[in-house]
Amino acid sequence: MTEPFEFEFFVRGFIAATMVGGLAGMMGVYIVLRRMSYIGHGLSHAIFGGAVVSFIMSINFYVGASIWGFLSAVLIQWTSRRRSISSDAAIGIITTASFALGIALISRTQTFTRSFEAALFGNILGVTGADLVAIALVTGAVLIAVIVGYKYLLFATFDTEVAASYWVPVRWVDTAFALVLAGTVVVSMQVLGVTMIAAALVVPPIVARQFTGSFTKMMIFSPLIGASAGAIGIYVSWFIDVSSGASVVLVASAFFVISIVYASARDRLLAARGRAGSG
Amino acid sequence: MLHKSPHPDLHEPPLVQIRGLAAGYHGNRVIENVSLNIMRNDFAALLGPSGSGKTTVLRAIVGAADVYAGDVLFRGEPVRKSRPRIGYVPQLEAIDWNFPVTVEQVVLMGATRNAPLFPWFQRKDRLRAGQVLERLGLERLANRQIRELSGGQQQRVFLGRALVSEPEILLLDEPTAGVDIKTRDDVLHLLDELNHQGIAILMSTHEINAVAAHLPRVICMNGRILADGTPRDVLTPDVLKATYGAEMPVTEYRGMTLVAETPHRFGAAAPNGGSSDNGHLHGDNGHVHEEVVADD
Repeated sequence: MTEPFEFEFFVRGFIAATMVGGLAGMMGVYIVLRRMSYIGHGLSHAIFGGAVVSFIMSINFYVGASIWGFLSAVLIQWTSRRRSISSDAAIGIITTASFALGIALISRTQTFTRSFEAALFGNILGVTGADLVAIALVTGAVLIAVIVGYKYLLFATFDTEVAASYWVPVRWVDTAFALVLAGTVVVSMQVLGVTMIAAALVVPPIVARQFTGSFTKMMIFSPLIGASAGAIGIYVSWFIDVSSGASVVLVASAFFVISIVYASARDRLLAARGRAGSG
Repeated sequence: MLHKSPHPDLHEPPLVQIRGLAAGYHGNRVIENVSLNIMRNDFAALLGPSGSGKTTVLRAIVGAADVYAGDVLFRGEPVRKSRPRIGYVPQLEAIDWNFPVTVEQVVLMGATRNAPLFPWFQRKDRLRAGQVLERLGLERLANRQIRELSGGQQQRVFLGRALVSEPEILLLDEPTAGVDIKTRDDVLHLLDELNHQGIAILMSTHEINAVAAHLPRVICMNGRILADGTPRDVLTPDVLKATYGAEMPVTEYRGMTLVAETPHRFGAAAPNGGSSDNGHLHGDNGHVHEEVVADD
C-alpha cells in the first residue's frame, strides 16, 4: 500500500495533487456561485496558448502563462460587461482563440509536442521541486486573498451591482479574482492537465453544496473535498496506470455521485416526514 | 393613514440633489432632464409605468447607472466622490435565492463599509446586525438560508442589510412588489417609523393607492418628472394620463385619494373615458362610486 511513497517523484506528485485539489476547491466556490463554471475550462485552454508562446519566446512558463491567463480573464470580464455579449460567449470566443493560437504554433513546431501532451492531460512524473514551490506560493496567496477579502468577495459574489453602492470596490475585487484564478489554473496544469481543470474547480463546491447551505461551511468543505480527490486520485492512478488528471477528476466525480444520492435520499426523507406531519 | 411625515426643513440644503440628469445604460438614455431634491426628512415614492426610469433614478443616486448629462449631489458633493451613506434595497427578483447565505450574513453585508480596511465583520457589526434583526422581527431566523423565508421576511432581510449600514437615506426599488396586503402595510409602516427617526426614504412602486394612502410625497415620472407633490395634488387624472397614457379616474374616500387602476374597464363602461367632471369621480364621505371599487 505504501509502495508508491518510496518514490520521490510520486511523493512530489502526491503533494502537488493534494494542494492543487484544495486550491481548486477553494477557488471553485466563488466560480460556481458567480455562475462562471465554464471559465475554468476556458481559461485553462487560453493559458495553454500562453504556455506555447512562453515556450517559443523562451520566457519562464509560470511568468508567461500567468500573464497570459490574467490578461485573458480580464479581457473576458471586460467583454462580458458589454450587454450584447454574454459571459459564456465571451469566454468561448477569447479562450478558444487563445487555444487555437497554441495549437497553430505547435503544429508549425513539432519538436515540443510531448511536453504539451502533459499540459493537456496532466502528468505527475513531471512535477519538479520548483512546481511544488509555485503551487505552494499560489495556494498561500489565494488563502490570504480569501481571508483578507472575505467580506468583499462574499458581497461582490452575492450581489455585484448592489455591493458597489456599499463601497465594495467591485472592479478591483474582480481584477484580483482574475489574477488568482489565472495563477490557480497555471499551477494546476502540470498535475491535472488543461482538459481536466474545469472539473477540479467545479465538482468540489457542488459536492459541498449538497451537504451544506452555509457559505462559510462551503469554504471549508470544498477545499477538503478537492484535496481528498487530489490525494486519492493520484494514489489510485499509480495502481491503475492512468493519467493523473483523469484519475483525480474520476475520484471527484465519484464524490459527486455519492453526494447526489445522499441529497436525493435526504430530500425524500424530509418530504416523507413533512407528509407524515401534515397527515 | 400613517402619521404625516416630519416636515422637511426647506431652509436646509437638500440631502440629495439631482440636476438636469440624463441617465441610462450602455448608451441608451432612460431618463432625460430629471431634476429632483430629496430633503432630510422626505418620505417619497416614484410612480410610473415599467420602463419609465424609476429604477434608473434610484441607481443614478447610488452611482450604478451611466450618467450622460447633469449631476447627482449628496449634501452638495457629487455622489461618486462623497461616498454617501445610502441604504439601497434592490428588487428582490434580482436576488439569487439559492446562494448559500444565511439571513445574518446578508444583513451583515450592510456593515461592509463600516470598517473598510478590516477583512472580517467586527463584534460591533454583529451586535448592530442583531439589533436590526430583532427590530425587524427576524432574530429567530438569523441562521436560516434566505430561500427558506416568506416574501415579506425576505424583503425585511434586505431592508435589514440597508439599515445595518446606518444610512441617511433609504432607496427602495419596489419594496412592496409580490407581497400580500398585510405585509405591504407592515413594510410601509416600518418605513414610516424609520422616516420619523430621521432617515429620508425614496421608493419606487406600482402601487398607486398604497402610496396615496401612506406617503406624504409622490413623484410621477415617465422618462422625465411629470409631477411632484402631495398625493392629493399629484394624483389627478391629467397627471396620471400623462404618466400611464390612460384615463384613470380619481376619487376621495374618507380623506384619502383613490385611483381606479383599471382604466380600460372604465373606458369601455362609460363614454367620456368613464369619468365624470374631467376625470374626477365623486365619493362623498364613506361612499365611493360603485364603479371605482367594483373591480380587483
